[in-house]
Amino acid sequence: MSVNFGYTISLPRAVDLDRNDFSVALRVLRRLPELESCIGCGGCTATCTAGAFTEFNFRRVQTLVRRGEYGGAYREMNKCMLCGKCRLVCPRGINTRAVVMTIKRELGTGY
Amino acid sequence: MKNHKVIVVGGGAAGLQAAATLKELGVEPLIIEREMQTGGKVRRWHRLFPDFTSASEVLATLEKNAEGIETLCGVMVDSIDATGVTLAGGRHIKADAMVVATGFDLFRAELKEEYGYGIYDNVYTSADIEDMLNGDGVRLKDGSAPGRVAFLHCVGSRDEKVGQPHCSRLCCITAVKQAMELRESFPDAEIYNYYMDIRMFGAGYEEMYRSAQEDGEVRFVRGRISEASPTIDGRVQIKAEDTLLGRPVKMTVDMLVLAVGMTAAESNGRLGVGLQSGGFIAPRDLFTGAVYSPDAENIFYAGCATAPKNIGETLNEATAAAVKAAEFLLEK
Repeated sequence: MSVNFGYTISLPRAVDLDRNDFSVALRVLRRLPELESCIGCGGCTATCTAGAFTEFNFRRVQTLVRRGEYGGAYREMNKCMLCGKCRLVCPRGINTRAVVMTIKRELGTGY
Repeated sequence: MKNHKVIVVGGGAAGLQAAATLKELGVEPLIIEREMQTGGKVRRWHRLFPDFTSASEVLATLEKNAEGIETLCGVMVDSIDATGVTLAGGRHIKADAMVVATGFDLFRAELKEEYGYGIYDNVYTSADIEDMLNGDGVRLKDGSAPGRVAFLHCVGSRDEKVGQPHCSRLCCITAVKQAMELRESFPDAEIYNYYMDIRMFGAGYEEMYRSAQEDGEVRFVRGRISEASPTIDGRVQIKAEDTLLGRPVKMTVDMLVLAVGMTAAESNGRLGVGLQSGGFIAPRDLFTGAVYSPDAENIFYAGCATAPKNIGETLNEATAAAVKAAEFLLEK
């Protein structure tokens, strides 16, 4: 019989680049190599129609996916309405709508 | 060497310095300048980073050193080859060597339509701010003092959308310098700088950035402004992401200043010398051949014709190009 002393073990918060599985990220980047050129300026998130009213942050979610952090990414990307304003402002010319669709396709609804 | 003639194309900082050096070395330079006056972009600037040296002081020294040098103003060079230069209109001037010091163009901010330059009131470029500083001081359209100002870095730099993939290097420090000049004029104003990356590459630049943060109370927000729109009372509303918070920000300012980048001079395309992909002139190589042309052994390059440079780098390169041109003539 186990006794609950009220202690729990906290999982480490660090993005673990030793252990993360990059297979999905690599598949996304193979299709859209220009995504690697993101400089994180936040123009996409600033202009985002969905992000104006929800927590959706395109810059953050796609960066997490590139780091192998997929948890919740499909659900987040589903908030995108594909309006394309982010693509207009991106200084790197990244096809941001294709990024949304590719991440969703590669991850599947499980995330 | 007195009979040798070197044509210096462009009478800005690089051209004046190259011509003065050639003269010192006993060569006869001829400056050809497209504007009605030499001095180039430096003439438009008020004070210079990182120590607020007066631009006119620097220009006066350059002009004094170039005193007495034959100069054609208001004359456009059309093309250059090993025999000399051809002017717009077809006249050919023979020369033994050429120093190309054609400089750069300022990025035309109206191409970034989303910032409303030339459409909304109270959206200015960094060059407009210099004009105002040289005139009656910085004022809003209605003549009043700004209470809240935002600077935006990287307008026409690092931007594929307008064909300017390069970093212009100097806009970061210029925006910081101008933020401090506005602080000096308007002690109570709120001043924000929106940036993607802060690139402080020169001696004294990082110190000036820190001083803007600490003494100037300039607030730096890491995020690129995505769009600006006018408000009903003539102010400008801007949107960005504060990328360090991961949240969108919006704010209304009295004045939006666009730190415009340095683009390749439009005239480069006509000159007939090899260009780099961004339109700047291609030197022989970036290390030991920066002042040499790969196209002809008597063509030399100086200053921003080949890449964005600050004034110090430009003057050093102009000196080097002039020395190499004189050496070439001596060996001939």
